[in-house]
Amino acid sequence: MDIYLPIAEVSVDIFVLLGLGGAVGFLTGVFGVGGGFLITPLLIFIGVPPTVAVASSANQLVGASVSGVLVHWRRGNVDFKMGYVLLAGGLAGSVLGVWIFTLLKRLGQIELTISLSYVVLLGTLGTLMMVESIYAQLRLNRPGVPRRKLHHHNWMHGLPLKARFRRSKLYISALLPVGIGFVVGVLSAILGIGGGFIMVPAMIYMLGMPTAVVPGTSLLQIIFVAANVTLLQAYTNRTVDAVLALVLLVGGVIGARIGSRFGTRLRGDQLRLLLALMVLAVAAKLAFDLTAHPADLYSIVVEKT
Amino acid sequence: MSRASTKRCRGAGKPVSPSSAVAYRARGWGFCLAALVLLSGPAHGQALVADLTNHLIAITTGFTGASVVLFGAIDGPGDVAVVVQGPDREMTVRRKRRIAGIWVNSREVMFANVPSFYFVAASRPLEEIISPATAAFYRLGVTNLEMKPEEMIPTQIVDEFVTALVRTQQRARLFPAAVSKVNFIGERLFRTTIDFPANVPTGTYLVQVFLVRDKDVVSGQTTPLVVSKVGLDADVFGFAGRQPALYGAIAVLTAMVAGWLASLPFRGA
Repeated sequence: MDIYLPIAEVSVDIFVLLGLGGAVGFLTGVFGVGGGFLITPLLIFIGVPPTVAVASSANQLVGASVSGVLVHWRRGNVDFKMGYVLLAGGLAGSVLGVWIFTLLKRLGQIELTISLSYVVLLGTLGTLMMVESIYAQLRLNRPGVPRRKLHHHNWMHGLPLKARFRRSKLYISALLPVGIGFVVGVLSAILGIGGGFIMVPAMIYMLGMPTAVVPGTSLLQIIFVAANVTLLQAYTNRTVDAVLALVLLVGGVIGARIGSRFGTRLRGDQLRLLLALMVLAVAAKLAFDLTAHPADLYSIVVEKT
Repeated sequence: MSRASTKRCRGAGKPVSPSSAVAYRARGWGFCLAALVLLSGPAHGQALVADLTNHLIAITTGFTGASVVLFGAIDGPGDVAVVVQGPDREMTVRRKRRIAGIWVNSREVMFANVPSFYFVAASRPLEEIISPATAAFYRLGVTNLEMKPEEMIPTQIVDEFVTALVRTQQRARLFPAAVSKVNFIGERLFRTTIDFPANVPTGTYLVQVFLVRDKDVVSGQTTPLVVSKVGLDADVFGFAGRQPALYGAIAVLTAMVAGWLASLPFRGA
């Protein structure tokens, strides 16, 4: 059954959209990432214009992360203070990001930027996570090897503006989460992602937050960053398709339920290995598309009236 | 796109059962007959009369494309050519080039007046019934669209980009792959079907029908056709354009409420 999307101006099979939303909801449930990094390329693949795909994914993420945060909050796994500090950086970053997006759209390089950024980000993160989780597996299999220290002190701990994050059991400079939030904010505007897949590893490896509070806190700040991106995209580029976002959300509800059941059955390091593999697979596909000879060297853009 | 849905969309978005589709056609033929009677009367009657089964294509949520039948009658011998053009749009064509192993958009050419939709039909191959100059004048045939870039560019490169533009539009089914057939029923009555894909651009279309005799256009008629979004989609689209800030805010709020509802089933678990 086809549904006509008013802003994207294309007809798409509603079950394909529901399936997409479901797959993304599943990821949210299992890993605590928004899944935007997967949904944007997939939407483009089924014929939604890239600019609409990016903006509508952000809209969809608002809903997905609200439901995620509520679930984690009920389990007491959200560090609100950390979330707000990340958010301060995130909002500033998303303003800059939407500005860059508009500029690149005019130059005709937005699609290349989207794909290239994905390849670099996903490739790097996927490799890092994979290496780390394989090491973790090896350590488990060899008892007697001393555990790594919980904290490594490096230059990051010498930064000013130290603050205490009680829920995360951390005493670190507030500049760190603000910086991470800013980078994620820029990316979420350009790439239509909540940035969970960057935020989650950064929180674990750079900030040293306990794994349990990471997904909830990450999602908390994603709500606001994604809401900000949606507003800015709707206002400057008029590319937010609310109908598309809503259909994706409906699929997401079902996916998230299945995902969170599944997630509790797996160990943390297994989860990370799975996520790493998936991230690498998306990166490999995008890298292939960038380097393979395109079916048509020419592309056209129709000016909206 | 299923056959049934195509049929449904034919009646301006209203569900049309096969029997009422027949009624439509019957009314059309009735009109044709009436036209024929008029035409065969006084000698100074119109040489060409044509109309569409439908003057409005309504894009609704279930829209998957539509077909419109153009029918008419001619007075005396001759051939019929039909051109349908969507509103002109500004289009930018970009060519990719390989830089360090990656395909990057490099050269771009902008065309100011490209029809957003184009359809052409004729009762016989165009080159047999009309002179090249006349065909060019009336924009008959994809090669006669006269697409000129905004800036001064060597003709060879322009041609290359025009070819690419036509190819892309053909792939989107917005330009025809070939000239469609205008069918004659007897000597005077003719008809042709115009198919619009699901991604048809909105706006006012011009349907031009020409009576061609001795390689020249002797009579013509222009009929408008409106392609418009109706119902909820039109409201959403219009609202997003008029009140972008409010639209964005509502989109965010809706998503938040949906997210909150989504989290509810987890309570029991």
